[in-house]
Amino acid sequence: MMYGIVQFSAVLATALFIFSLYWMNDPKTARRGVIAGVVGMLVAVVATWIQPEIIHHGWIVVAIIAGFVVGVPLSLVPLTAVPQRTALSHAFGGLAAGLVGTAEYFLGVGQGAEQVTAFRMTAIVAEVILGFLTFTGSLMATGKLQEVKWIPQRPVTYPGQNVVNIGCLIAAMALGGFVVVHPAAAWSPHAFLGIVGLALLFGVLLIIPIGGADMPTVISILNSYAGLSAVAMGFVLNNKLLVTAGALDGSSGLILSIIMCRAMNRSFTNVLFGAFGTVQKTTVVGEQKAWKQETVEGAAQLLEQARLVVVIPGYGMAVAQAQHKVRELYDQLTKRGVTVKFAIHPVAGRMPGHMNVLLAEADIPYTALVEMEEINSDMPQCDVALVIGANDVVNPAARYAKDSPIYGMPIIDADKARTCLAIKRSKKPGFAGIDNELYVQDNTWMLFGDAKAVIGDLVKQLAGGGLH
Amino acid sequence: MIDALMAAQAAPAEPAAADYWSTLFVFVLSTFIGLGVIRRVSRLLYTPLMSLTNAISAIAVVGSIVVAGADSPPLIRILGGVALFASTTNIVSGFLITDRMLKMFKKQ
Repeated sequence: MMYGIVQFSAVLATALFIFSLYWMNDPKTARRGVIAGVVGMLVAVVATWIQPEIIHHGWIVVAIIAGFVVGVPLSLVPLTAVPQRTALSHAFGGLAAGLVGTAEYFLGVGQGAEQVTAFRMTAIVAEVILGFLTFTGSLMATGKLQEVKWIPQRPVTYPGQNVVNIGCLIAAMALGGFVVVHPAAAWSPHAFLGIVGLALLFGVLLIIPIGGADMPTVISILNSYAGLSAVAMGFVLNNKLLVTAGALDGSSGLILSIIMCRAMNRSFTNVLFGAFGTVQKTTVVGEQKAWKQETVEGAAQLLEQARLVVVIPGYGMAVAQAQHKVRELYDQLTKRGVTVKFAIHPVAGRMPGHMNVLLAEADIPYTALVEMEEINSDMPQCDVALVIGANDVVNPAARYAKDSPIYGMPIIDADKARTCLAIKRSKKPGFAGIDNELYVQDNTWMLFGDAKAVIGDLVKQLAGGGLH
Repeated sequence: MIDALMAAQAAPAEPAAADYWSTLFVFVLSTFIGLGVIRRVSRLLYTPLMSLTNAISAIAVVGSIVVAGADSPPLIRILGGVALFASTTNIVSGFLITDRMLKMFKKQ
């Protein structure tokens, strides 16, 4: 009877989780997906909790209450901090897997190591390695995203780094092999703790050479690892619900990583071992041209007379907290019959889809948000491309400059618009440290200043200015 | 040939190992389902998708409950308790923040 309840609840929860993800295919049904997920989770938790072998209920209640105490504030962070929160939750997922794996190892060894099958021991080792490397790797990513002082933002590289990193992983796997083959040996628990240590170390080593521009990819890869560590836990506990839910998470992370890699024209290995984001010295193509600066009045007039305006937002817009002013600009222009669209590059922001969330928060309707591939065919018809805090994703050098680190990266064709207005805080190059020739193009006009202030001035000009 | 097959069947299969194979089967199939379903997810919603899958993979809570609540040595139960805390945090913050973000997506 009990067995039947557990199995049925697992099937039910799996179905609900799949529906939950299925409903994410449209913003209209997406919230239903959350409800399905919550119900699935409750079913699974209750079915597990009522099992007769669970006898220490107080312990469970305390841990769950602590989870709520920490979890609720974590769900209320500002949307610019969502990448950090996500990385932190990958860390928690990895930690849970690593700890359960450790507990299962010592339980198994305590009951007689010879009874632990090689398959089960392999699953435990895989769970512990994946779990703990995800834990420290994600903590490092959280620190970098949160810009914690003692974690360097710029990639840290040293000679032989990849050899050290891969050596560390191989050493952990070799120890794992010994533990699987000789589970009953006296040194086996020590070797096991060695695996834990090496996995924790490997997570740190893996992330320190990775720069800020690669964070969207790294978060996606860590997402995949967190899912896979749940799968490994499923194998250890012989629990198919864990395997299915973990596999859904793992495949989601995998797809997002592939999309992010494609959006930067990089491979997985290149992201993990390439140390992107180090300050690159690029050769200046042709003679250095000068910026042309535009006044707020002139820019407002250009926008007002346009038929199609495409706004290209970058993370700089979010840093300046300019999205609400952008919404006011959107209102002013649409009121005049101007079509305004937002061109979203897949890596705009610091995690997949981040820019969409930031704009949605400012009440910009999602129907105005257009993906890069779709907007590019409209760009030649676009009267004004308004670049706000974006840099590398509109750099034409990506098309031809073979020595540029962003060569081959798909970009939004801001340069093909009739006029381009670019708002930039300073004259320094962007995240990847590369000059952007879009800014010195004949039809580009610069507006220097804080994005929020500049757009605020534009709105004021449009609302009250005598330009009609 | 047939003898060999019969012998293979007659040999007592290790039940645990046999179960692992069916679990592996489940893993491969659910990965394919995952790839199929995730590919259709709206590109607008990748950030909420990640927090939702985060919450879902915190199903590790099930394993943590077993480790924390069963009759095991206290040290083991402490490991389980910490794991349970970590998973619950992911469930609570994951579902809440997903819903919070999805509420913001409006058509007009």
